Amino acid sequence: MNLLDLVIAAPLAGFFLTLALPKSNASLIKTFTLIYSIAVFAGSLLLVGTALDRPSAMTWVTDTPWISTPAIRYHVGMDGVSVWLVLLSTFLTPLSILLSWKYIDHRVKEFFAFLLLLEFGLVGVFVSLDLFLFYVFWEICLVPMYFLIGIWGHDRRIYAAVKFFLYTMAGSVLMLAAILYLYNKSGTFDYPAMLTMMQTGKLSLTHLEETLLFLAFFFAFAIKVPLFPLHTWLPDAHVEAPTAGSVMLAAVMLKMGTYGILRFCLPMFPNSSKENANWIIILAIVGIIYGALVAMVQPNMKKLVAYSSVSHLGFVVLGLFSGNQWGLDGAVYQMLNHGISTGALFMLVGFLYERQHSLEIKDYGGVATPAPQLSTVFLVTTLASIGMPMLNNFIGEYLVLQGAAMINIWWAVFAATGVILSACYMLWLYQRTFFGETPESVRHHMHDLGGREWACILPLVALMIWMGVYAQSFLPSIGASNKTILDRTTMTTRAEVANNGR
Amino acid sequence: MQLWLIPLLPLAGAAINGFTGRRTSKTVQSMIAVGSVLLSFLWVIKTLMALMPIEERYVEHYFTWMASGALQVGVDLAVDRLTAVMLCVVTGIGTLIHIYATGYMHDEEGYYRFFAYLNLFMFFMLVLVLGGNFLLLFVGWEGVGLCSYLLIGFYFLKKSASDAGKKAFIVNRIGDFGFSLAMFLIVVTFGTLDFPTVFAKVQELPVEHSAGIITAICLLLLVGATGKSAQIPLYVWLPDAMEGPTPVSALIHAATMVTAGVYMCSRSAALFMKAPIAMDTVAIVGLATAVLAATIGLVQNDIKKVYAYSTVSQLGYMFLAVGLGAFSAGIYHLVTHAFFKALLFLGAGSVIHACHHEQDMRHMGGLRKKIPHTFNVLLIAALAIAGFPFMSGWYSKEEILGAAHHHHMWMYWVAWTTAGMTAFYVFRSIFLTFFGEYKGHAHPHESPWTMIGPLYVLAILSVAGGYVFNIPHILEPVFHGIVPEGHTEHSMADMILGTSPGLIGIFLAYIVYAAKPGMADSIKESFSGVYNLLYNKYFVDEIYDATIVHPIERTSRNFLWKVVDAGIIDNGIVHGFSGSAFNFGGLLRHLQSGLIRNYAAWTVVGVVFLLSALTALGGGR
Repeated sequence: MNLLDLVIAAPLAGFFLTLALPKSNASLIKTFTLIYSIAVFAGSLLLVGTALDRPSAMTWVTDTPWISTPAIRYHVGMDGVSVWLVLLSTFLTPLSILLSWKYIDHRVKEFFAFLLLLEFGLVGVFVSLDLFLFYVFWEICLVPMYFLIGIWGHDRRIYAAVKFFLYTMAGSVLMLAAILYLYNKSGTFDYPAMLTMMQTGKLSLTHLEETLLFLAFFFAFAIKVPLFPLHTWLPDAHVEAPTAGSVMLAAVMLKMGTYGILRFCLPMFPNSSKENANWIIILAIVGIIYGALVAMVQPNMKKLVAYSSVSHLGFVVLGLFSGNQWGLDGAVYQMLNHGISTGALFMLVGFLYERQHSLEIKDYGGVATPAPQLSTVFLVTTLASIGMPMLNNFIGEYLVLQGAAMINIWWAVFAATGVILSACYMLWLYQRTFFGETPESVRHHMHDLGGREWACILPLVALMIWMGVYAQSFLPSIGASNKTILDRTTMTTRAEVANNGR
Repeated sequence: MQLWLIPLLPLAGAAINGFTGRRTSKTVQSMIAVGSVLLSFLWVIKTLMALMPIEERYVEHYFTWMASGALQVGVDLAVDRLTAVMLCVVTGIGTLIHIYATGYMHDEEGYYRFFAYLNLFMFFMLVLVLGGNFLLLFVGWEGVGLCSYLLIGFYFLKKSASDAGKKAFIVNRIGDFGFSLAMFLIVVTFGTLDFPTVFAKVQELPVEHSAGIITAICLLLLVGATGKSAQIPLYVWLPDAMEGPTPVSALIHAATMVTAGVYMCSRSAALFMKAPIAMDTVAIVGLATAVLAATIGLVQNDIKKVYAYSTVSQLGYMFLAVGLGAFSAGIYHLVTHAFFKALLFLGAGSVIHACHHEQDMRHMGGLRKKIPHTFNVLLIAALAIAGFPFMSGWYSKEEILGAAHHHHMWMYWVAWTTAGMTAFYVFRSIFLTFFGEYKGHAHPHESPWTMIGPLYVLAILSVAGGYVFNIPHILEPVFHGIVPEGHTEHSMADMILGTSPGLIGIFLAYIVYAAKPGMADSIKESFSGVYNLLYNKYFVDEIYDATIVHPIERTSRNFLWKVVDAGIIDNGIVHGFSGSAFNFGGLLRHLQSGLIRNYAAWTVVGVVFLLSALTALGGGR
């Protein structure tokens, strides 16, 4: 049992502990979950040092049998990519708890317990090295988010929750089938073992098998990303979810899809990944432009940010399938960036909602005058989101586009129009919300940021600047991990060629 | 040498005022704002003295900003003579305009906010000129655009101001799109973004391999430059940018930021010299912009709009020089233009201040007696821009006309005519503002010394700056070996010919607006078609709206969102599929009954399914 196991198990324990607390004492529940999740975050911080020492290999590995027949192992570990995603999850959980402090007033205990359960699932997804274990964590994430939307959401919450659930399940079922098929062929769920078998030729897939398996995994991940045209669950889920749900959904859960592609699709199915790269890249670019255009005309703030996520995640997929170091590094960096800046955007929209009780842009205007601090923070976040240099997103977008340009300059040309459009929709949103004369209806409710709100948003703003100014805190470890994945991709390809030649 | 202090001082000023401005007095805020820029200026002087004669490029590397694969981008600041010239202009003029602004903005709301933005602008502008690689230049490039956005929209209660800010940002983004693509191609071609490496490698590249890609890179850089420096087809934001406070128009939209495109092209001279097609394009874009903007400037009534179009036109002049390979002439004009155009704007600001925020020249007139200092300095600025002999503008314009003369005679004559129009519209503004009868209702008063002082300094520079700062001579080492040595000597006859359009323009303006009042109206009557076309700026904004902006918005709303997203994907496919497969509606009702029991049942079903599947698989082995 090492520290990583503790970090994985702690949120689950926290979930049960929270459930055991007395229902009536809301402040105890909130305080407990907040302190508990901060402790988990502190624990996960201790993981970083070791993970950064050897980012190209798995560290903090635990590998023990879990179920003997079939042989499902509890095999976990982290490399230079997963360490940041784990940190993102443990970092945003306490913020989400703090965020919901006032907003959640019914069924308080379940709400905060579910946030911890979600954290458990997310951390598990990012560290699982056993395919079945991965699948279990993948499904665990679904449950709390389903309830967060379905119970504490807005008016059409049930519709949104069911849509979210069905969409994801449709993909998961295919992924499960693929996992079981692989198990049937190889006799193991263990991911590194399976990769070794593929490299040594013990496990060889026909072209058709590889394509179908790739598509099954990819479909599940693409829904989660979400890749155009599988995205229509996202705007509904975001609009209906409570703020904390939106934050966790956008900031971390969407990364499950892109992480899955990086961790599983690319190394396991290198040939299919290459063969299918073109149409996937086209869908990604369509998503970038389409998401931005549709975001531009949304009358609802949360929908606007949700569609902007479709656009931003398009960049990540584009980077992943560019098949070079820049693209992959940019994609991973962009996963983190999107988590920070879109998480912050949803938070800020939540702050506005708590004041004005509306998500319609037309109900706002002139907020800058009564709430200058809120406006400034919103502006910084907006700028981060539209890729202003010296803030985080710029570096991710730059690397992704550079990687795309490396394979075909036209990919970069089309994708880069998304950068222009992002300025259009975000600045228009900003203008309509914050500039102009302040109507009486707005002035009445619009007090400036309070202490708790500052505590939620300030860490994110600090990270935007840090990640934009000194990317070298993060990029070397991401790059080393990606290089391992890239090397494996080419090595596997060579092994396949050798097999075919034999 | 601590080059980092140069940009960081204004940044510190911005941070201090931004964070503490709500609690400090205006005096403290002014001292921080002006002081930080002044210190930066002094540090520039000290650094340049120490580095003299700066024949080699001096670099300071601080840290690696990002590294991925083979690409390493460092935070490197570098000084060569080109940067040195830019540093002096930016910090020198910047200091003067900061001082002026303390007077001009004195009674405004959000005083500290204004100076925080203005200092932040200085930071990014200095990063732009000091950056040692394309990406760091781009940081400054985008950053100044941001500050421009903030400052144009400074009066954010006014919709026209926030619209103008947004327009500036988005149009600039279109330019930056070109700039970023150029960077991608540079990395693909050269594997780095460092200036010296790129410029060295381009010399070694075999022509037959490189011509296409270098041309593409340069044309894309030009797209970037047309955005930032307001050239055709992206100049439309600059006239609207006059919504910002006047010191902003002077500093950002005349003297410094808008010249960034000229700086960037000159910095990339080694690339451009390998791409003759791109060079021709630059020259033609510059020339066309110069003419187009000058014609619009002839008929505008808003004093700031006249000078805005004048700026666009003069920037076109600089691009003409760049496109002709006369980089140093372009920078020469950049410097002198910074003097006299900053003076024109600040003078106009003083006029506007005097007339209580009146900007329409039809409501001015006769101000010569009422605000004599402002009149003096504006007259000097007007003479300088008109190219009156031995004034600063005369020297740089002669250089550009000389270069045009050398290359294509038709370009020379077009530029010659533009020079005449320039003199005409500038003196039109002088005559309308300062001569004749006062037609307004305010009680014009002279501005305070904090405003007049900087004006006189700029006036001195506008008179003597061209002679004292022999920019082409200073820049010789920068372009040595890149640009073929051209003889810039021209005959006395050429010089007289080059001086004549300015004098003719002044004379004509005098006839039309001072000697024979009423003549302007009769000209307007007889050429009303042309007048309307010019007055409405060739309807370019309207054309852009009708052909680009509105169609995109309408397609997004009525087709992409409502038809594709809601109609086809959601209602058609998702609901259709889930409806038939899972009986979506029924499922909804079931789940809506909303009890944990139901969910638990679901989970159990799932687990049973999984376990049985696994057992089947496990047993099968």
